[in-house]
Amino acid sequence: MKILVGVKRVVDYAVKVRVGADGVNLKNVKMSLNPFCEIAVEEAVKLKENKAANVSEVVALSVGPKQCQETLRTALAMGCDRGIHISTDLRTDYMELQSDAVAKLFQKVIEEKEKDIHLVLVGKQAIDSDCGQVGPALAGYMSWPQCTFASKVDLDGDGLLVERETDSGTETIKVPKLPAVVTCDLRLNTPRYATLPNIMKAKKKKVDTYKAEEFGVDLEVKNKVLEVYEPPSRKEGILVDDVDTLIDKLRNEASVIQ
Amino acid sequence: MLSTIARRGRLLSTSISIRCASTLIIAEPASDVSALAPSTLAAISAAQKLHSGPITLMLNTSIDPSVVPSSISTILNTNQSDSLAETIAAAVKKAQETYSFSHIVAPATKFGSNVLPRAAAALNCSPITDIIDILSEDTFVRPIYAGSALAKVQSTEVVKVLSVRSTAFDQAEVDGSSATVVDLDVEKQILTEFVKANVSKSDRPELSSANIVVSGGRGMKNGENFHLLEALADKLGGAVGASRAAVDAGYVPNDLQVGQTGKVVAPDLYIAVGISGAIQHLSGMKDSKTIVAINSDAEAPIMQVADYALCQDLFKAVPELTEKL
Repeated sequence: MKILVGVKRVVDYAVKVRVGADGVNLKNVKMSLNPFCEIAVEEAVKLKENKAANVSEVVALSVGPKQCQETLRTALAMGCDRGIHISTDLRTDYMELQSDAVAKLFQKVIEEKEKDIHLVLVGKQAIDSDCGQVGPALAGYMSWPQCTFASKVDLDGDGLLVERETDSGTETIKVPKLPAVVTCDLRLNTPRYATLPNIMKAKKKKVDTYKAEEFGVDLEVKNKVLEVYEPPSRKEGILVDDVDTLIDKLRNEASVIQ
Repeated sequence: MLSTIARRGRLLSTSISIRCASTLIIAEPASDVSALAPSTLAAISAAQKLHSGPITLMLNTSIDPSVVPSSISTILNTNQSDSLAETIAAAVKKAQETYSFSHIVAPATKFGSNVLPRAAAALNCSPITDIIDILSEDTFVRPIYAGSALAKVQSTEVVKVLSVRSTAFDQAEVDGSSATVVDLDVEKQILTEFVKANVSKSDRPELSSANIVVSGGRGMKNGENFHLLEALADKLGGAVGASRAAVDAGYVPNDLQVGQTGKVVAPDLYIAVGISGAIQHLSGMKDSKTIVAINSDAEAPIMQVADYALCQDLFKAVPELTEKL
């Protein structure tokens, strides 16, 4: 089985972003591997370590500026075998290069560069754009089965048995045959820390770079961002001393209880 | 002279596009077939803001028009036993080929997020998801960066494929429609099979649409202690929610999670108990009308966000609050 894992370079989850006239200010802001992509990498590496899965290779794919090579090195240090960097200076945090174009770039990689992919693992959403669209869109373009919000992935004959999170709990979906696209949710696994020996080994692993324009995908933004602004801020709150005061405020000031 | 002709041409094409405007709503599968899900009613209300053209509702089963808002003029019944993305995306493609909608709208729930991008790909369209405001038939507002920023975005696609956040729109009134029910023939797909569902059953109001939510975090220490919050929720007639930390630790099931990657709620009253208030959790509840925080840590970020912050041991404060209400 050959696995393709999407890894996105995003603003670190702990950063409090500041909004400027041109969008969120990314200058000198700490960037990291998107947490859900990290979970996808971990799942791919776990499958590789599972002899029954018979994984030949795990390829990590990242779309963005040259610093994505660092993101790819993290994925390689966690256990991916090779990296592909699709280089673009277009902003990937919803402002310029959006999910639909990214899904089409993934499609081109699968159809033209890595022709024998059996499984695509991506994070369920990126924490900058919060779209969650690349996985299902790619599955749609490829006409492949999809399982989003996966919380458990098991091998099942020629396919998979996937437990996924829903609005009311979980459900189990059977994928009779690969290839398929799976998007990874929070509780699928706990990503490993890359050890120092693996970080050193990762430096020698192969990373191919292509320009985004090479693939003939229309990169023009279809949903134009006209303006980015901060949401209205809440009125400042108060400290209450005891439960009696709280009840009084909720009843008589906020009027939210009887 | 030329500019006048150009202007008339633009006006003509605009009026043509408004005349042909019509919307398809992808209904949330309702556990109860005698009523539409609250998220579907919110999607209908959102659709009413797009244009004045007809609105069609697509479901996987038959529904009585009397439990459907009057703004719905046609009901499409796909007669499918499952709600898998592959099934519904194929149904949307068939519906679009038959009726040529200008807008396709789904609720921005886990269901909608699973289905809509695949349906958009089937139509070779770039969708806009998690919309919180509709400014015109092609311009919308959606949050990015866990809601720390809002983006005003304009779709240039001929067909606008959209998902709308349920808490941002009122539920459309169920005043009964005179809609005709039409069968939509959809070929059965074989890419995936539904095996089983694990659904949490509760008599309490549904978390996403409840007016009052009592939510617990890591401070609850274990799952059994959640009964304190359940008692408070029952006294208030509210729902129970949780932070990611509480779900990850196994205190409560995943469908209680409130946050950037869980449910987004906007009740009249949100009581956060033993929750520190990380950015990701705030993103899921900061549109609540009134926020109360009960936490023994005065420095917890949630204490700055809350309208009323009670710095006390929750194991003392919550039972006292429940008793005195």
